[in-house]
Amino acid sequence: MSLQFLADGLFAGALIGLGAVGLTLTYSILRFSNFTHGDFISWGAYLTLAIVGGIAGVIAPAGRFMPFSFGWPLIVAGLLAMALTGLLALLLDSALFKPLRRTGHGIVMVIASFGASLALRALLEFLFTSEPAYFSRAIQIAVPLGLGIRVTPDQMAMMGLALVVVIAMHLLLTRTHIGRSMRAVSENPALARVVGIDVAAVIRATWLIGGALACVSGIMLGITVQIRPQMGFDLLLPLFAAAILGGIGSVWGAILGGLIVGIAEAAAVQWVGAEFRSAVAFVLLIAVLLIRPRGLFGVREG
Amino acid sequence: MSVSPVLLAEDVEAGYEPGLPIVKGASIHVGRGEIVVVLGPNGAGKSTLIKAIAGLVPVSRGHIALNGEAITHRPAHLMVRLGLAFVPQTENIFATMTIEENLQLAGHVAPAAERTSRIEAMFALFPDLANRRRLAAGRLSGGQRQMLAVARALMIEPSVLMLDEPSAGLSPKLVGEVFAKLAEIRKTGVTILLVEQNARAALAIADRAYILADGRNRHEGSAAALAADPDIAAHYLGLGGADGPMRGIAP
Ligand SMILES: Nc1ncnc2c1ncn2[C@@H]1O[C@H](COP(=O)(O)OP(=O)(O)OP(=O)(O)O)[C@@H](O)[C@H]1O
Ligand SMILES: [Mg+2]
Repeated sequence: MSLQFLADGLFAGALIGLGAVGLTLTYSILRFSNFTHGDFISWGAYLTLAIVGGIAGVIAPAGRFMPFSFGWPLIVAGLLAMALTGLLALLLDSALFKPLRRTGHGIVMVIASFGASLALRALLEFLFTSEPAYFSRAIQIAVPLGLGIRVTPDQMAMMGLALVVVIAMHLLLTRTHIGRSMRAVSENPALARVVGIDVAAVIRATWLIGGALACVSGIMLGITVQIRPQMGFDLLLPLFAAAILGGIGSVWGAILGGLIVGIAEAAAVQWVGAEFRSAVAFVLLIAVLLIRPRGLFGVREG
Repeated sequence: MSVSPVLLAEDVEAGYEPGLPIVKGASIHVGRGEIVVVLGPNGAGKSTLIKAIAGLVPVSRGHIALNGEAITHRPAHLMVRLGLAFVPQTENIFATMTIEENLQLAGHVAPAAERTSRIEAMFALFPDLANRRRLAAGRLSGGQRQMLAVARALMIEPSVLMLDEPSAGLSPKLVGEVFAKLAEIRKTGVTILLVEQNARAALAIADRAYILADGRNRHEGSAAALAADPDIAAHYLGLGGADGPMRGIAP
């Protein structure tokens, strides 16, 4: 028996988990299911790709950090793209969600986000075509780790990145004023105002952070698989499954939920067949909603 | 009054939906260092009035001023910077955060150098909280929660502290403790505006009182005079009959 599914699942799970952290934050603070979150992932990947291309065009193509497939341009581009994806989320909020928040109900926001998701995807296809793109065509040699597990250097680097980002998020939410303010607004917006928190500023920070995290997921997926306009949208179901499994509002819950979804998917691919991959997230989602609607670490009932 | 009041609300109309005022022209003033209590039957609009002062409910008419500065349409989150602290009637602590985090959050408006010393001062004032500082606030008992809510409000060293029914849901012994704390806090120079159902306990520490009914002032006077007026006591304060909703402490 090969334990390869564990390695594949952990990797996919880390990627899903990061996306789910952003989703769970925007859900618990803005109180609606944001379907554009998947498209922030795609936009993050394409923005990184475009900036990498720009750097290569202006400065001579740079070498890569052996044994990885990428060099410093990707790191610079990734940081810039995180900021830009955050700004994209912020822009979408002020153009679309903010006016609706004043008047509309939750369901209006969900439908609006669905429409915006379609538009964001169409725009990517228009700008970059629907042909898959790649950060690098360099061949990665998978390293055997024993127990039949093989992992590429890129995958290891991305796991390290995911770990750093999650720890940074944890510190942000527990040690900084903006992080504590985000938790406060998610629990009780009226009381947050009473203690002097500017809720509008917290909402802006949430979009910036959620967009930046989505961008990291997009880069992880782009480096290890490929970049497509659909890539983020296709992740939506696993993202929601992870966020709900972990418990809405819980960062560690979203990460753990992501790992569970990722490993379950990889196990299904290895033993049942690849065509069942997408059913796994769906089954997990329904099972959680039926058995424990508030998820593993949820603070509020469904 | 000869001196200008610290907190003034004149002819305030406020409500949750446009055209449906709940507070229909209420006026109160609170002088420096006073404890003033607003009493009245359920649904009179007491909470709505205090929330309107705190900036949480839109004001459609009238004037509110703090230390002479107009705050009528000021957003709620700016009030703490002006020295106005508010303890809401329900859900007045962040249950998912630790006691320390609740205080840190509230202390953010204080100068950085003072935050830790203020938190320690709160733990000295409320020793019950001190040995539970890492506990999620949602796991505190009702009385401890109320103490934390008051401590949280005091973190900004307010000039005016407003509380909405701090005695709600507490045992008579705990009501006594909370009100004793409020009297102690007033001695440090904090002006207090209180909304209460528990007329007996509130009047015992208050200087003056207002009685609100249907969103309007019905009576006002010194706490002692209102408590002594048999008509008012029977009608509004539940102090008259033996089977009235009496849940206060013995003086
Ligand atoms: N958030 C709200 N939205 C709409 N109406 C509200 C809201 N809160 C209170 N009301 C209405 O306003 C009226 C006055 O409520 P308020 O809470 O101000 O009374 P109160 O004097 O504080 O009563 P109690 O002693 O029961 O706390 C009630 O009729 C209530 O139904
Ligand atoms: Mg009330």
